[in-house]
Amino acid sequence: MKTEDLKNIKDYKYGFTTDVENIRSPKGLSEETIRFISNIKKEPSWMLDWRLKAFNRLKVLKEPDWQKPKYPKINYQDLYYYSAPKSASTKPKNLDEIDPKILETYKKLGIPLDEQKRLNGIAVDAVFDSVSVATTFKDELTKKGIIFCSISEAIQKHSDLVKKYLGSVIPLSDHYFATLNSAVFTDGSFVYIPPNTRCPMELSTYFRINASETGQFERTLIIADKGSYVSYLEGCTAPMRDENQLHAANVELVALDDAEIKYSTVQNWYPGDENGVGGIYNFVTKRGACRGKNSKISWTQVETGSAITWKYPSCILQGDNSVGEFYSIAITNNHQKADTGTKMIHIGKNTKSKIISKGISAGKADNMYRGLVEVKNKASNSRNYTQCDSLLMGNKCGAHTIPYIKNNNSTSTIEHEATTTKINEEQLYYCNQRGLDQEEAVSLIVNGFCKEVLQQLPMEFAVEAQKLVAISLEGSVG
Amino acid sequence: MLNIKNLEAKVDNKHILNGLNLDIKPGEVHAIMGPNGSGKSTLANILSGKNGYEIKGEIKYDGQNLSELSTEERAQKGIFLAFQYPLEIPGVNTNVFLRTSLNSVRKARGEKELDTLNFLKLVKEKSSELGINEKFLSRQLNVGFSGGEKKKNEILQMKILQPKLAILDETDSGLDIDALRIVADGVNSYKNKDNAFLIITHYQRLLDYIKPNFIHVLSKGKIVKTGNAELGVELEKTGYANFI
Ligand SMILES: Nc1ncnc2c1ncn2[C@@H]1O[C@H](COP(=O)(O)OP(=O)(O)O)[C@@H](O)[C@H]1O
Ligand SMILES: [Mg+2]
Repeated sequence: MKTEDLKNIKDYKYGFTTDVENIRSPKGLSEETIRFISNIKKEPSWMLDWRLKAFNRLKVLKEPDWQKPKYPKINYQDLYYYSAPKSASTKPKNLDEIDPKILETYKKLGIPLDEQKRLNGIAVDAVFDSVSVATTFKDELTKKGIIFCSISEAIQKHSDLVKKYLGSVIPLSDHYFATLNSAVFTDGSFVYIPPNTRCPMELSTYFRINASETGQFERTLIIADKGSYVSYLEGCTAPMRDENQLHAANVELVALDDAEIKYSTVQNWYPGDENGVGGIYNFVTKRGACRGKNSKISWTQVETGSAITWKYPSCILQGDNSVGEFYSIAITNNHQKADTGTKMIHIGKNTKSKIISKGISAGKADNMYRGLVEVKNKASNSRNYTQCDSLLMGNKCGAHTIPYIKNNNSTSTIEHEATTTKINEEQLYYCNQRGLDQEEAVSLIVNGFCKEVLQQLPMEFAVEAQKLVAISLEGSVG
Repeated sequence: MLNIKNLEAKVDNKHILNGLNLDIKPGEVHAIMGPNGSGKSTLANILSGKNGYEIKGEIKYDGQNLSELSTEERAQKGIFLAFQYPLEIPGVNTNVFLRTSLNSVRKARGEKELDTLNFLKLVKEKSSELGINEKFLSRQLNVGFSGGEKKKNEILQMKILQPKLAILDETDSGLDIDALRIVADGVNSYKNKDNAFLIITHYQRLLDYIKPNFIHVLSKGKIVKTGNAELGVELEKTGYANFI
């Protein structure tokens, strides 16, 4: 690790803001706000109706409070639900039409959008606050019948697909934050892979929160039709602000017969400062349905940012022989808190799930794995394997593991293993004695600890993620 | 190369070393023997820079005050400790560890980092000299290694890092005769006029293979007797009782 990098990150190198003129919805949560969003996105009326239905439902729902990390009450009337650069109010048709300031922002983030310098073999959708500002490689994908665009565009142009699948995995009334999202979601990505098609490149969305006092309500929908394959990756950053900002996303995945979706997240939202001031509340609902036989959904997440991370990417294994996987690294440092894990619901026969969770806690942080494995009575011969490992650095941090297990089929088996270890002084001394400095030693040990998960990431991102892991623990020992 | 004057060390107000003096010159092999708990490992740890000791006295290494150097700087300047109990580091591939380590040392010496290809060539050569199977290097560092394998791995690291002062803390304990010979050959083939060894051992049998220039008897944190290679043979017969 170069000291340069370390210094950068100490100040959270993504913490800058971009000064652009914004269009905002009226402040607060109201029917007016929802109509504003739907109108500005030129949505068909069924979409508005759907949103309003969610909004009505929301009025009777209560915010959940069973999670470990507590947070001050959010004043929903004090937030903006839509904020977009003025220049993006009509979606730019090509890069020349994008505000250079926004292009510059993505360049600074290491996500060049211009076609000459585009990331090698990776198609990117860039979401800036509430709107998608650019999607690369569109033509090449279209040739194969693959749809990769913003959800706003999909609602207009691929209405049938959206209508059929939106809310089919996360019902409109699922729980407070999911319902809130259904009412006010602004943008996100839409992916459709036609039958028997292997998506020829990584698809990736980069989420950026820029405006203050603004919540980001992302909605992503990915459909892998029969016999198709897609690998999708999302990345996220936000400026440093001393207010807490809410990111409440809904992500739905649908895999039909023999289809596979690999979904990876590298989450590096602003975590707040060393004293716990500011940072993103990352309250996200992610759920995948293995609807067809032999289908597979694999979640990989590297969660290093956010003040609070609260999410359980899940798999509903409906199709016979379907497979669900969850690979997770959750790192909490300073005052960060994470309550994360997964749900694997076995419904079809011979379904398999695997959970590998690596929690790393440093400073005064708290890290919780919470996971449900449920085998329904018809899911005969199903298998789950869960492994939860926690690594503690120092004496002031915490790690907790809560596995919920429900097995209603006697032919199925659920296996759970858990370990908690501390990076010990002796290991560090051993590394130091071999010439490694403290940071190198920690990075080596921690990356060793999470290797199984890092290996799941697409190659291009594994190296970045490895660096991020080391960086987010900077200064946590010695 | 190394000059220790009046070294005292305490942990939690417990005196462990009580006025230890030792001079080591390039090309020399020094052996330290002494009963359990006499402070041998403590001396080794203090030289290599482990934290947690309250230290008085003076240690000079190549004319520099050792206390000014961090643990990794000492390693980079050529102090190597073969641990009595090598640490297990789960998830870390042995080869990756060796390469990271070698490159940190090379960088500090102003040398170019070795690329994977050249590193593997080097490791292959050194491990075959020690009869270490290559497969073993793709395993997690020391995890599930037998006692003998761990000790051989320490000597492999020594041969790769090329230290000036190598401290071996009971590297021979727990080795069978064949492994002992391999380890001793490893030391002998590395020994030259510019480097030096400090070998902590309980057994004369290692000193049959590696001829020391001096043998010191450590008791209650002090060197109570210094002799030549003959002293080891005598100790083997009579035990420490005559000296402590
Ligand atoms: N960290 C420590 N805390 C307390 N006592 C220690 C510590 N390290 C060593 N000692 C004590 O110091 C004495 C010398 O230990 P050590 O140097 O390991 O001896 P040797 O290697 O000669 O067997 C022993 O009594 C041991 O218990
Ligand atoms: Mg000892």
